[in-house]
Amino acid sequence: MSEVIAIRDPWGKATTGKLAMWLFIIMDGLSFGGLLIGGAALRLSMSNWPEPGLVLNIPLTAFNTFLLICTSFTMVMALNAIQKGDQKGLKNYLAFTMAGGIAFLGIQVYEYSHFFLGNETLTQHLAEAGFVGASNFVPSTGTYAAVFYATTAFHGLHVLSGVIYIACILYAANKWNYTSAQSDKVEILGLFWHFIDLIWIFVFTVIYLI
Amino acid sequence: MSEHHEQSFWSKYIFSLDHKVIGKQFLWLGLFFVLFGGFQALLIRWQLAYPEQPVPWWLLGDILFSDTGGIIDPDKYNALFTMHGTIMIFWAITPLLIGAFGNFVIPLQIGAPDMAFPKLNMISFWTMVLASIVLLGSYFLPEGTAAGGWTSYPPLSSPVGGIAGEGQTLWTLALTLAGTSSMMGAINYIITVVRLRAPGMTYFKMPLTVWGLWLTSILNAIFVPVIAAGLILLLMDRTIGTQFFISGGLATVDGGDPLLYQHVFWIFGHPEVYILILPAWGIVSDLLSVFSRKPAFGYKVTAIAMTTVASLSMLVWGHHMYTTGMSPLLGKSFMFLTLLISIPSAMFFFNWLGTLWKGSIKFDPPMLFAMSVMWVFGIGGLTGLYNATITADIYLHDTMFVVGHFHYTMAASVLFGSFAAIYFWFPKMFDRKMNPFLGKLHFWVSFIPLNYVFFNMMVLGYGGHHRRIYDPSNYDFLKPMMWLNEYITWFAIALGLAQLIFVYNFIHSMLKGEKAEANPWGAATLEWTLEAPIPHGNFETVPTIYNGPHEYSNPKVKDRDWISQSEPISS
Repeated sequence: MSEVIAIRDPWGKATTGKLAMWLFIIMDGLSFGGLLIGGAALRLSMSNWPEPGLVLNIPLTAFNTFLLICTSFTMVMALNAIQKGDQKGLKNYLAFTMAGGIAFLGIQVYEYSHFFLGNETLTQHLAEAGFVGASNFVPSTGTYAAVFYATTAFHGLHVLSGVIYIACILYAANKWNYTSAQSDKVEILGLFWHFIDLIWIFVFTVIYLI
Repeated sequence: MSEHHEQSFWSKYIFSLDHKVIGKQFLWLGLFFVLFGGFQALLIRWQLAYPEQPVPWWLLGDILFSDTGGIIDPDKYNALFTMHGTIMIFWAITPLLIGAFGNFVIPLQIGAPDMAFPKLNMISFWTMVLASIVLLGSYFLPEGTAAGGWTSYPPLSSPVGGIAGEGQTLWTLALTLAGTSSMMGAINYIITVVRLRAPGMTYFKMPLTVWGLWLTSILNAIFVPVIAAGLILLLMDRTIGTQFFISGGLATVDGGDPLLYQHVFWIFGHPEVYILILPAWGIVSDLLSVFSRKPAFGYKVTAIAMTTVASLSMLVWGHHMYTTGMSPLLGKSFMFLTLLISIPSAMFFFNWLGTLWKGSIKFDPPMLFAMSVMWVFGIGGLTGLYNATITADIYLHDTMFVVGHFHYTMAASVLFGSFAAIYFWFPKMFDRKMNPFLGKLHFWVSFIPLNYVFFNMMVLGYGGHHRRIYDPSNYDFLKPMMWLNEYITWFAIALGLAQLIFVYNFIHSMLKGEKAEANPWGAATLEWTLEAPIPHGNFETVPTIYNGPHEYSNPKVKDRDWISQSEPISS
């Protein structure tokens, strides 16, 4: 029993920080899973669930989805840039990504405000969807609204934290002159950002499309 | 991480990044809340034994219940059992075993300089402090703190038709914060064990304490995010007018479902009981070996059995919900899976007996507490079978039988596991020894009343005593058992008083105890190779691991009956 056995690391060359981010992503995915499955369970028990697109604006959100996918692309380009040691490219692409994230949030706020303030078209659509007499679409309008707001707001907060996270990395990259040696920090940021993007595909499908 | 430099008071003791200091911070937090929650238990017991009689001055009756002349009114009673459960589970046991010993022991036992993410560790503790402030703040609300039971089932926790006041809102917020703290801890512990083990420390050379804490962290990482989602929905129900968990006459819209909350709660809640007890199992497995001076019997089987229990615990939440109108087919599946857990549990239980078998047992205080865990967990586990069986559970559900059962498994096992851990690692934490005589006295005056209290709760429950009734003397069928309620209360008070011995011993030993040598127990794990005080960064040179964690009485080792994990055995 006295021979030394070196630890054969089963996780390849991944850094400690990257492993932690993967673990966090799994945990966060379980939170989203709880919300999505909970929403689905409530939906299954209901006889009337509004048709897709009746209340929610699918084209607008489809554009938002496209925007978020584009930011995933710019995030990959940012990582690619810093791996080549291109600091300017890193900053530019991170700034693009951040702008995309802010635009996504802006469109979401526009969508929410539209629902909160209400107008005649919305009232008419709400009546068609079964919410007769509702003048606006707020969390207390019904279980449909509650599920919509819980899931999209939870995701929106993730985008917000992602934007703040990008801002921090952008600040650090500027202050400490990131080189390819620090590309790991950008890669970990990228993992989180891609996760937000991926989970949005689920949220968009479950909440808006089906 | 391992540089030694002068630190200011604030960075050394308050916002410390050192896992040993953070472990002690969690220990203080946990000990405070153990006493706080225990005191509430005594008030509950007083009401059950002497319903609507003034609480005596030595239980602070005239201060706490001054407006009702010392009598606990029903609302306060509800708040008492709610907060007793909440505090004991999330603010006492979790910080004690996972926060304190997870932090203190994991890096030392695997030969790491610190946790993988020291800053995250510090933030985890201060998030817990924030959660504590929110929780304690709820006591100062005009309508008092949460009172919907520790499970906070809707509609008890609903904004309409539930308990009045915003105590429940703060409860939900505090629990979400405590969960955030747990999640940060879980990431840290898992990555630390995966990444920072010293050379040679393979998974099957890790002490079982580390195994237990690691599995606990994995369960925490999987299930706390789920309950966080549920708590967010509950918080939305309470603050912005959604109705996820409200239905029937209370609801103004269709579609809400209180059962959904129960599912989400128990998907987390059942693994939670294993989250609480896995560290205790690990600690007991190691301690039995140390004090029997024998290698742990079936080390690998114990580790694998604990992993199996952790895996099965994910699939059995429905056994908390047999009486909710669940389909019989589903109920039977949950029953089968629940009963299946007894197999791996029995495996490591018999391994514990195998460790003791023909050992030269030393009855030091840590060993007494470790052995008592076998007793209380044995009773708790066996009575669990009655609750797991649908036919018996439909009768026993929501009675004091369930209360007795889960106090045996969660309260008694975990509390005695914590005491074992405190008595065992105290010399390493504070460089001084605890008084062994007071330790043994503390054990006997705790162990006997504790069994009297919890066993008789099961007797009461078998007689039909419901768990949350305010005044049992209102029910004819419970009147003949009131004497039992009184006896339980007096033994509970004895149990409470016994803890004063512990408090005295703890504080006195910490300040004036005898100086401890590096390895007072003759234990083989890595933390005992370090001389006090252990510097920030722990190991001068990274140790190399040659042996398993339980090398006791190895015939190849000549002059003593143990050899450290980092010493090669010369043959």
